[in-house]
Parts: sequence; C-alpha cells; structure tokens
Amino acid sequence: MPQWNKTTVEIIRKLAFYLILIIVWELSYHFCVEVLCIWKPYSFASPIAVLRTLTGLITDNSLSIAILASIKRIAQGYGISLLVGLLVGLIIVKFKYIGENIRPLILGFQTLPSIGWLPFAILWYGLNESSIIFITAIGSTFSVIIAVESGMKNVNPLYIKAARTMGAKGIRMYTDVIIPAALPVIASGLKQGWSFAWRALIAGEMLCATVGLGHILMMGREVADISQVMAVMSVIILLGLAVDKLIFAQIESKIMHRWGLEQGPL
Amino acid sequence: MGLSIEKVSKAFTTKTGRIDVLDQVSLNIEKGEFICIVGPSGCGKTTLLNIVAGLEIATDGKVLLNEKEISEPAAGINIIFQELALFPWLRVIENIEFGMRIAGVGKEERRNKAEKYLKMVHLSDFQNSLIHELSGGMKQRVAIARALTLDSEVLLMDEPFTALDDQTREDLQLELQTVWMKTGQTIILVTHNIQEAVFLADRVVVMTALPGRIKCIVDIEWERPRHHNDSHFSLYKANMIKELQEEMRTIAAME
Repeated sequence: MPQWNKTTVEIIRKLAFYLILIIVWELSYHFCVEVLCIWKPYSFASPIAVLRTLTGLITDNSLSIAILASIKRIAQGYGISLLVGLLVGLIIVKFKYIGENIRPLILGFQTLPSIGWLPFAILWYGLNESSIIFITAIGSTFSVIIAVESGMKNVNPLYIKAARTMGAKGIRMYTDVIIPAALPVIASGLKQGWSFAWRALIAGEMLCATVGLGHILMMGREVADISQVMAVMSVIILLGLAVDKLIFAQIESKIMHRWGLEQGPL
Repeated sequence: MGLSIEKVSKAFTTKTGRIDVLDQVSLNIEKGEFICIVGPSGCGKTTLLNIVAGLEIATDGKVLLNEKEISEPAAGINIIFQELALFPWLRVIENIEFGMRIAGVGKEERRNKAEKYLKMVHLSDFQNSLIHELSGGMKQRVAIARALTLDSEVLLMDEPFTALDDQTREDLQLELQTVWMKTGQTIILVTHNIQEAVFLADRVVVMTALPGRIKCIVDIEWERPRHHNDSHFSLYKANMIKELQEEMRTIAAME
C-alpha cells in the first residue's frame, strides 16, 4: 500500500533527524570534554551517560515517584486555575464596568512570572505543598481568564442575534451560544495556560519541594551530577511535549474541525 | 389582524450627521401573505426587517403583530439572515432543533419535528453533517428548516438566495413556495432580484433609497403553484419585470 509506505518514510525521516541530533550531541561531548578539554566533565554529559542515569532513576523508582507527585500537583493547580479562570472570565464579560477596569490589571498580572508569586505564597501557606499548587494555579489562571474573555467578547454578533430571535436569553445565551461559539479561542487559551502552569510547577518544585521532577532536577545539581540534571530536563521536556501533543493538540484539532476552522485563521 | 407596519422611521446619528434610513414606512400585511421587498441598496430593507424582527428599535412609528406591539424578538416572528447564522458547533439536526430546545420542547418531539422539516427541504441524508460540510444551497435549506420549526406566524428572509447560482436559486424558490403553501406562514422576503420578487410574491413592495420610502406596491396576479417555465405567463412576467425595472430606474435617476 502506497499510503503505508508514505507514513513509514515520514517516520524514518523524523527518526533520522533525532538520531543526527543525538550524534551531534555525542560528538560535541567527545570533542569538547574528552579531546579538547574546554568543557569540564561535570558541566556536560554524553547521551550515553544521560541514558544510563535515566535507567537508574527508572529502576530505583525515584523517577516514577517524582513524576506522580508532579502530575498530582499540576492536576490540582491547573484544575483550580480552570475553575477560577472560567468564573472570573465570565464575570468580566457579564459585568462591563468590572471588565473595562480590570483588563489592564489582568494583563499586568499575566506578565508577572509565576515564580514571582512564590514569596507571597510562602508567607501565606508556608514552605509546603500548598505554595507550589498556588503558584502552579496562578501561572495559568490569567491565560485562562484572558482567553475566556476575548473568546466570548469576539463571538460573531450574528449568532447572538439569531439566537435571540429563536428565544434564547439570559443564562441559555451563555451556555448554548456564547460559550460554544468561543470554544476555539478558549481551547487555545487553556493550552497556553497549561504550559504556563507546567513551567511554574517545575520552578516551584525546584525551590520548595521534597519530591517531584523539579526536586530531583535540583538534587542533580546538589550532588553535582550533570547527567542527572540533563536526564531530568529531558523528562520534563518530553512530558510537556507529550501532554501538549496528546491532549491539547487533539482537543484543539477536534474543535477546529468541528467549527470548520482548519484552513482559516482563528 | 396580521402584521402592520405603522409609519416606521429610523434614523442613525453618525459623526457626519443624521442619516434617515427609513421614512414613514407603512404596510399592512395579511396573515399568510407572501411579500417581497425590492429596492436599491441603502433603501433600508434590512433595517426594516430587523425592526419587524424586534432586533432594532424604530426611531418613530411601530410594528404590530395581531395588535401587539413588537419591541423585542417575539415568538411569532422569525428571521433568516443573509449570512444564515447557522451554528458551526452543532450538527445539521441540532441546528434545526435549537429553537425548540430553547423553548423546552421534549427530546423526542423535537427530533421528530426536525426530521419532518429536514425531509421537507430534502436534507434527510445530511442530518448528522457539520455545517461547513454543506454547500451554499444546503445551508440555505437548513436555515429555512430551522426557521420553520418554530411555527412562527411571520417569517422574515433577508436576501436568502443572493449568494447562490441560478439553478440552485430557482430550486429553492420552488421549494420555498411549496413549503409556504403547506405552512401558510406570512413571509416577508427582501431581495434585489426583481425576477425573484415577481416569482415569489403576492405583492411586491418597491422602495426608494435615502431615505427609505415605499415607492409603490405591485400586485402579482399569478396562480399558484407557479413554475419558472409557465409559458402563458412568461409574457406577463416580462411586463411585470419591465414595469418594476422602470420603477427602479426612476428611483436610480432620482438619486
């Protein structure tokens, strides 16, 4: 079958690219660390060493424990940000006076890196779990608010007009017209919010967790094990990518298809 | 009884001043009548339709449906917009059910009714399609079916067939005639196509632009069901079109 061949070729092309990348990595390790000695051995690890450390982390279960702890936190933090974001977004859209005045404030908060909230969180909750969840939540809340607000504000007025002539008003207008019409914009906001939450989580864990991906990343630094640092970094990148591609990209493309927006701009 | 438009005026204030879009438009429409409004662009046809639909408020005058004044969208009046306004997040059948769902009609009843109207517009095979998968003519049919399910006494249509090719337009005009003869609704259809107006209307209302006024009303005495190739009628149709075109031309000359 020609189509099968096509996908196989596509996969091989992709694999080849990453293989080359790893070879370049190995070569630069070999020359810079072992031959030319311009990089110190504790500052750069070879892919083989990283793989070995990774296997070690997997077999002694420390990686899976860390991943589980991180996932639990992000689920809580991101979940909270969804609830708060949707609620605040709705309020802003519904009450014009609040919306007009709070907008610049929210944009301002959005520019504040979420790790900047950590001192605040520590004074509120102490150096513990709640602080990390707080900054994870705060990391994505503003993205969610902005997406909900701009999505709902930019709904084609024709849809609202049409719904009005068919008897829709009040809460039904929101649940049956405005929110579904805004979903493409909201979905991309949720995706962006997730990546903010993920960054905030790792940052938070690095500074004040006793378990989690950020924590074992920091452990690598403390024992001066560059291969552990790089191994955990790869895991963080891969997990982030996996969630983005397997969850958010799927949801987004489903919505885009349904709304008939695949070719057009959002 | 029926629909009566009483001395409706509409003015918009813009930066450059006041624009009178409609000036003292009065029209009495009997229940079950098919009215077509023709006129040059800017004659306020769409504004008039929006006012009748309760979506815009007249600056002066009023619209009464069975002696009741219209000031907001009412159950008895439905409108099909030029851009159709079908909801892309709903499948065809769900679009058609939308108004009934808002009205709280039970699941089974609204599905049956939606299927009935889908059949009437020949789209039964597409009930689970997405809106962007349909052609222009099919979308138009969905919009008509959606409007019909609400059993409103008055159906307003704003240049519904403008964007379609000739063949599809003629098909849909025939279908609309059939549907209208079945349902007995009052229809007000805005168009800039004189042939379309003559083919569909009991009365053609000709409007002038800036300010929008009714220039004349022409009765179309042509038996129904009408067909596009009625041979004995083509002459009459031609006369009618000529007469209307002259009206339009004098309007154009006045501008």
